[in-house]
Amino acid sequence: MIEIENVRKSFGTLEVLKGIDLTVNKGEVLTVIGGSGSGKSTLLTCINGLEPINAGKIVVDGTEVHAKSTDLNRLRQKIGIVFQQWNAFPHLTVQENVMLAPRKVKGMPKAQAAEIASKQLKHVGLGDKLDVYPGRLSGGQQQRMAIARALAMSPDYMLFDEVTSALDPQLVGEVLDTLRLLASEGMTMICVTHEMKFAREVSDRVAFFHQGVMAEIAPPADLFGNPKDPELQKFLAATH
Amino acid sequence: MLDTALSANDFLFLAKGAGMTIFVTILSVFFGTILGIIFGVIRYQLGPYWSAPLMIVLDVFRSIPLLIQLVLTYAFLGTVLRLGLSGLTVACIVLTMYTSAYCAEIVRGGIEAVPMTLRRASRSLGMTWAQDMRNIVLPLATRVALPSWIGLALGVMKDSALVYVVQVTELLKSTQILITRLQEPLLLLMICGAFYFLISFPVARFGGYLEKRWSND
Repeated sequence: MIEIENVRKSFGTLEVLKGIDLTVNKGEVLTVIGGSGSGKSTLLTCINGLEPINAGKIVVDGTEVHAKSTDLNRLRQKIGIVFQQWNAFPHLTVQENVMLAPRKVKGMPKAQAAEIASKQLKHVGLGDKLDVYPGRLSGGQQQRMAIARALAMSPDYMLFDEVTSALDPQLVGEVLDTLRLLASEGMTMICVTHEMKFAREVSDRVAFFHQGVMAEIAPPADLFGNPKDPELQKFLAATH
Repeated sequence: MLDTALSANDFLFLAKGAGMTIFVTILSVFFGTILGIIFGVIRYQLGPYWSAPLMIVLDVFRSIPLLIQLVLTYAFLGTVLRLGLSGLTVACIVLTMYTSAYCAEIVRGGIEAVPMTLRRASRSLGMTWAQDMRNIVLPLATRVALPSWIGLALGVMKDSALVYVVQVTELLKSTQILITRLQEPLLLLMICGAFYFLISFPVARFGGYLEKRWSND
């Protein structure tokens, strides 16, 4: 369970998160929508401790993320994150990209890591690309590789930060299909996205962020069908 | 057609000089690179403000002519500290520091060229700072830094000619000795140049080969 309590976060004088309260349960798929600068991506990077917070707390399975005593490297093993930019390690093959963290972080033997990597890569439809360097892959394939790389650590939670925003339109579908697959398998996911159709289909709940505040959160049928917040109404009107 | 007093023994003498040049260069570039990586990482990690003392020291090595560094170090270690080090040892120490000073900047530039987003990705997988450095940053920085590093290594090889001032008989000094004896400066300098070329060429080609191989990734 991810518990977010009154989290505030500023970059310099700009407050990007103004007191967020949110609980994500095991097995839940939460999507976060909102305009750019609404703080939704920042929240994700705070959840796995890549960014410090200024107030409040984030607790993942009983561990407070930003406590001094927390071993972040350990905590991050159970929270996978995939970014807008897929960030393939260009000097490693696709399989080596996926194997690296299990080997170095978990100390897994090479053969076992290779097996897990090939399993995860098949899972995201890249079973035939194991020995290829990422530079030879399309953006959609690289993004799926990044997903497999995060999954290879067998995380309990997956965070997706606008994973389709940097892709050519024709490549968005394949990545969303991968996310749908994960959701159907019961993975706990927080997806920051601009894909409204996707949000409506896969989410258990959808949260709307506006200027650092979570303005509304509801199951997709309610949030899209009967939006209450005036900013959300404007946002939905503009995106449709 | 070529009427010369140059004998096979003289060639051997030059080859020995070349051997000394190679020895001094390999040793200095090897240790200078290791130190340079350490200094470069420190420089990057601490930022310009906190690493300023280190950078000032390295700037000294970069801005004072090597000839002066050699003579002063030799005099200082020998007569002031009375360490009794050989000229060869002093030559290697000075050239190592000289290499490390240039290498530190090359390493820093290489590290800076690795996108922050890649490092975020590796840290988000649970890798520690050291694991990220070892597995992601340094391999990628190496690719960026390689051409400059090859240039540095070849430069040190040629600059090593100056170590004759601390009584090390390397390639150029050997040539000068022969010139004094045989009075055939043009021929001998040509041969000396050919030796330098033979040493440099494989290094430059190897660098080119690596660059090409890595660009295929």
